[in-house]
Amino acid sequence: MILVWLIGILLIGGVLASFAGRWSAQLPRWISLIAIGTDFILAVIIWAGSAFHGSRPWLDEVDCNWVPSLGIHFHLALDGLSLLMLILTFLLGIMSVLASWTEIREKVGFFHFNLMWVLSGIAGVFLAMDLFLFYFAWELMLVPMYFLIVIWGHERRVYAAVKFFLFTQCSGLLMLIAILALYFIHHRTTGVYTFEYSELLGTKLGGAELWVMLGFFVAFAVKLPAVPLHTWLPDAHTEAPTAGSIILAGLLLKTGAYGLIRFVVPLFPDAAREFAPIALGLAAIGIVYGAVMAYSQTDLKRLVAYTSVSHLGFVLLGIFSLNQLALQGAVMTMICHGLSTGALFVLVGGLQERLHTRDLGQMGGLWAVVPRLSGAALFFGLASLGLPGLGDFVGEFLVMLGSYRVSIAATVVTCLGVLASTFYALRMVQRAFQGPNAHAWKIPDLNPREAFMMIVMIVGLLWLGFFPQTVLNTSAQALNNLQVQSPVAALWR
Amino acid sequence: MIRLLWLIPALPFASAAILMLFGSRLSKRWAATLGAGSIGLSAVITILVAISFLTTPPAGHAYTQFLWTWIDVGGFRPQIGLYLDSLSLVMLLVVTFVGFLIHVYSAEFMSEDAGFSRFFAYMNLFVASMLTLLLGNNLLLLYLGWEGVGLCSYLLIGFWYLDPANGRAARKAFIVTRIGDTAMSLGLFLLFTHLGTLDIQNLMQRASAQWTTGSFYAVTAALLLLGGAVGKSAQLPLQVWLPDAMAGPTPVSALLHAATMVTAGVYLIARTHVLFSLAPSAQLAVAVVGACTLLLAGCSALTQHDIKRILAYSTVSQIGYMFLALGVGAWQAAMFHFVTHAFFKALLFLGAGVVINALDDEHSIFRMGGLRKELPVTFWTFLIAGCSLAGLPFLTAGFFSKDLIIWDAWSAQNGHPALWIAGILGALLTALYTFRMIFRVFFGPIGIPVTKRPGFAMTMPLVVLGFLSIVGGYLKQPLLDFLHSALPATVEAHAGVVTEIRSEAIAAVIFLIGLYFAYLFHLQKRNLADVLVANPIGRTLHDWWFADWGLDWIYDKVFVQPFIWASEINKSDFVDAFYAGVAWLTRWSYQELSRTETGRVRWYAAGMAAGSVLFIAMVVFK
Repeated sequence: MILVWLIGILLIGGVLASFAGRWSAQLPRWISLIAIGTDFILAVIIWAGSAFHGSRPWLDEVDCNWVPSLGIHFHLALDGLSLLMLILTFLLGIMSVLASWTEIREKVGFFHFNLMWVLSGIAGVFLAMDLFLFYFAWELMLVPMYFLIVIWGHERRVYAAVKFFLFTQCSGLLMLIAILALYFIHHRTTGVYTFEYSELLGTKLGGAELWVMLGFFVAFAVKLPAVPLHTWLPDAHTEAPTAGSIILAGLLLKTGAYGLIRFVVPLFPDAAREFAPIALGLAAIGIVYGAVMAYSQTDLKRLVAYTSVSHLGFVLLGIFSLNQLALQGAVMTMICHGLSTGALFVLVGGLQERLHTRDLGQMGGLWAVVPRLSGAALFFGLASLGLPGLGDFVGEFLVMLGSYRVSIAATVVTCLGVLASTFYALRMVQRAFQGPNAHAWKIPDLNPREAFMMIVMIVGLLWLGFFPQTVLNTSAQALNNLQVQSPVAALWR
Repeated sequence: MIRLLWLIPALPFASAAILMLFGSRLSKRWAATLGAGSIGLSAVITILVAISFLTTPPAGHAYTQFLWTWIDVGGFRPQIGLYLDSLSLVMLLVVTFVGFLIHVYSAEFMSEDAGFSRFFAYMNLFVASMLTLLLGNNLLLLYLGWEGVGLCSYLLIGFWYLDPANGRAARKAFIVTRIGDTAMSLGLFLLFTHLGTLDIQNLMQRASAQWTTGSFYAVTAALLLLGGAVGKSAQLPLQVWLPDAMAGPTPVSALLHAATMVTAGVYLIARTHVLFSLAPSAQLAVAVVGACTLLLAGCSALTQHDIKRILAYSTVSQIGYMFLALGVGAWQAAMFHFVTHAFFKALLFLGAGVVINALDDEHSIFRMGGLRKELPVTFWTFLIAGCSLAGLPFLTAGFFSKDLIIWDAWSAQNGHPALWIAGILGALLTALYTFRMIFRVFFGPIGIPVTKRPGFAMTMPLVVLGFLSIVGGYLKQPLLDFLHSALPATVEAHAGVVTEIRSEAIAAVIFLIGLYFAYLFHLQKRNLADVLVANPIGRTLHDWWFADWGLDWIYDKVFVQPFIWASEINKSDFVDAFYAGVAWLTRWSYQELSRTETGRVRWYAAGMAAGSVLFIAMVVFK
C-alpha cells in the first residue's frame, strides 16, 4: 500500500496547498516541503531495506482491478530502477520547492498544486506496470507542467508552453496508438485483453513489431529528447520558472529514458536490436550537436538546456548498446544528470533573481562578488564536462565502455562530444564568473537555503563519483530481474 | 609503515577540502601552515614508506593497498587501490619533496595575494591528484588523477581570473590536454574491451600473453595512450598550451608546468612500458616525437623574451629528451632525467619568480640585467640550475642524466644515429638559450632597479634545490639499480664508432660551444644578435620560431575558428526551422480554408454539389 501512499500524499498535498494558498503564501510551501519530504523519507526507508529482499521481482507491489472488462488494472510495482528514479524525483522535488521559495510570489497555492501533481504523475510513470495506467500517468505529467510554464514562466512562456504541449501530446498519441496495437495484437494471439506489463512481455508481434516499437520510441525520444526531436526543450527549459526547469531536466527527461529501458527494449527486443544502429547514431549525433549548440548560447539557461540534449544522448547510447555495462551507465547518467543539471538550474535561477538577466554578456567577474555561488557553478560545470570523481563521469564512462564493443564509430563521435562539453562548460564559467566585473555587480552570495541545496547536490555527486556501487547495486538487481522476465536476457549480457 | 601509504594522497586531499570550505575564514598564517604542512607531512610519510620499502622489500618489489571496490558492473571492476613499486616511489619522493619546497616558497611569494587560501587549496588539490595519478593501481584511477591535475592546472593558470587573457590561457591548457585525454580514454576502452581489465599489472601480463609484438591492437592501444601522454606532457603536436600556461603564478609554473604534472606522460609510458615494447612502431613514434619536440622547442626557447616562456619551452624540450629515452627503450634514463629535471627546473622557475618579483613584475630578459650583485643567492642558485640544465660536464646532475639519454639514443636497441644527432643538437640549443638567459638577466649593465628582496622562505628552497641539482647526478647508479625492479634495463645494441666516453666528450664540447656563442652574442657583443635577425632570412626564422613554428596560428584557423563559426551560425538551431515550417503550414492552411467560410448559401451549395460529383465519380470509376 505504501506505493499508493507515495502518489497519494502528493495528490492530497497538492490539493491542500492549493486551498492553503488562499490564506497564506508561506503555508503551501511548507505543505509541499513536508509532503515531498515524507515521500523522500519513505523511499529512502524502502531503499535501506531493499537489500534484504533478495531475488523477489518487486520490492513492493499493489495490484487491483480497475476496469475488468477491458483488462485494465491499477497495478503499481517497485523495483530497484523505479526506486532510484523515485528517490531522484522526491529529492529534486524538494529542491524545486526550495528553489521557488522566494522566486514564486503569485498564486503560490496553485503553483504548489501543479508542482506536486507533476511529481505525482512522474512517480506514477515510474511505478505503473499497467500500460493504461502508465499512459494515464504520462498524460498527468503534462498538464500541470504546461501550467507551470505558462503562468510562472519568463518572457516567451506562452510560445514555449504550447510548443512543449504539442510535442509531448502528438508523440503521446503515437504511443497511445502503439499501446492499443499491442493490446489488440496480444488479444488476437492469446484471446486475452490486458494492459498488464508482465503479460504483454513476449507478445509475438511479427511484422508489426518495428512499427509498434516506433510508436513508443518516438514518444520517449521526444521526452528524452533525441535529436532531431529536441527543439521543444531549449524553449521550455528557458522559459519555465526555476522549479519547472529542475523538474523538466531532472525528471521529465528521465521518464523518456525510463520508458525506453522499461518498455521499448523488453517489449520489442528484436525490433530494438534491428533499430539499435539508428538509435546509436542519433545518440552520438545528439551528444555532439547538443554540446556544439550549448557553446554558442548567450542565454545561460538556454546553454544549460542544450547541455541536457548532449547528456541525454549518453542515456540513449547506453540503452541501445544493449549490454549490461552501458545500461548501468545510462541509469547512472540519468541520476547524475538530474543532480548536476538540476543544480545548475538552481544557480541560474538564483542569478536571475539577483541580476534580473540570464544574458552571459551582462555577467562577468562574479567570482569576486559571489565566491560561493561561483564555486558551486564551477563544480557543476565540471560535473557536466565529465570530471572523474564526480558521478557523471562514472555514468558516461560506463556507457562509452559498453558502447565501444557495439560501435566504435559511435563511441569515437561520442568522445568528441565529451571534448566539446569542455568548451561550453569552460566558456560558461569564464563568461559568467571570471574576467573583470564590467557591470560592477553587487549582489548577495548564496543564502543558507541555497547553500543547503548546493551542499546536498555536491555531496551527492561526490558520493556517486567515489561510491557509485551503492547505486549500481540497486539498479543491477532491477535490471537483472528485468532480464529474467523478458526474453531480452540474452541481449543484456 | 608501508600501510600508511594511503595517507600520502589523503592528507593533501583533506587539506584542500578544508581550505576550500573554510579558507576564507582562516588567517593567512593558518592557511599556509595547513597548505604547506599537509604536503610536508606527506613527504615525511613518503620517506617513512620508502625506508620501509627499502629495508623490508615487499614480495615482488611491489606493494598493493586495496581500499575499496570503485565500480563493479558486468565484469568491469576497477578498484580504488594503490600500487607502490620503485617507479612510483621515486616519483612520489620527488613530487612530495619538491612540492613541499614550492609550497614553502609560495607562502611568501603569494603572501600579498587576496586569494591566498584559494591558492593553497588548488595547490593541495593538485598534489593530491598527482599522487593519485602515480599511485593508482588501475588505469581508471590513474585517469582520475590525470584529469584532476588537468583541472588544477586550469584553475591555477587562471588563478588571477580578473584578466581575461589568463582565463584564455587556462582554457587553452585544459582543452588541448583534454584532446590528448580523449585519445587516452579511447585507449582505455580498447584495452578493457580486448583484455578485460584495467588493472595495470594484470593488463600488462594479459597484453604480453594475448598480443604478439607489433599486433594491430597493441600498436593502436599504445598510440592512443601516447596521445594522452603527448597532451599532458606538452609534446608535438600538442605542446602549444604550455608556453601560454605561464600566465599562472610562478610557483605554479615551477610545480605543475616544470617539475611534476607535465611529466605525467613520461610516467604513463614508463608505467605501461610492456605495452609499448609490444608495439615497436608506437615506441618509435615516441622517440621521434621526443626528438622533434626537443629540437623545435629548443629553437623557440632561443627567441623568447619572456623569462618564463624561455623556461617553458625549455621544459617542453627537456621532456622531449625523456620521450626520446622512452622511445629508444631507455626507461631508467628517462626517469633519471625526470628526477634531475624536477630539481633544476623547479629551481629555475623559483629563481625566475624571485627576479620577476624583485623587478616589479618585469618578464622580459632584455630589460633585466646586472642582477648578479643585487640578488646573490638567487644568482648562484640560478647559475647552478642553469649549468645543470645546459649540462656543465662532469659536475652537474643535468649533465649525467642528459648524456645518459644521448648515449642511449645511439646505443640502445631502438637507438639510431639520427636520434643521437638530435640529442646532440638539442644540447647545443640548451646551452645557448640557457646562457643567453643567464647573461642577459644577471650580467651586463643594471636594467630595472631591484625593489624587493626575497626572504628566508623563498631563498631556502632555492638553496636546497641548488644542492640537489648538483648532488642529484651522483645518484645515477643507485637510482638506476633501484628502478631495475620496475623497469627493464636498457639493452645496448649498437656501439661502433661512438663509445660512451666519446659521446660524453662530444656533449661536453657542444656545451662549451653553446656557452661561447651565448657569451659572444649576449655578453661580449650584444649587438651581434640584432645583426643576425636584421637580414630577411634571419628575421623570418626568428619570427617563425618565436611563434612556436606557427602551430597556434594553424590550429586557430583549422579547428578553433571553424568550430566557433559552426556553432555561431547555427545558434538558433536549424532543426527548429522544420517545426516552425510545420506550424506556419498549419496556420496558412487554416487561413486559406477559413476563406471558404463566406456565409453565402450559393457558395456552400456549389461546394456540396462538387463534392457529390466527386464521390460518385470515385465510386463509378473505381
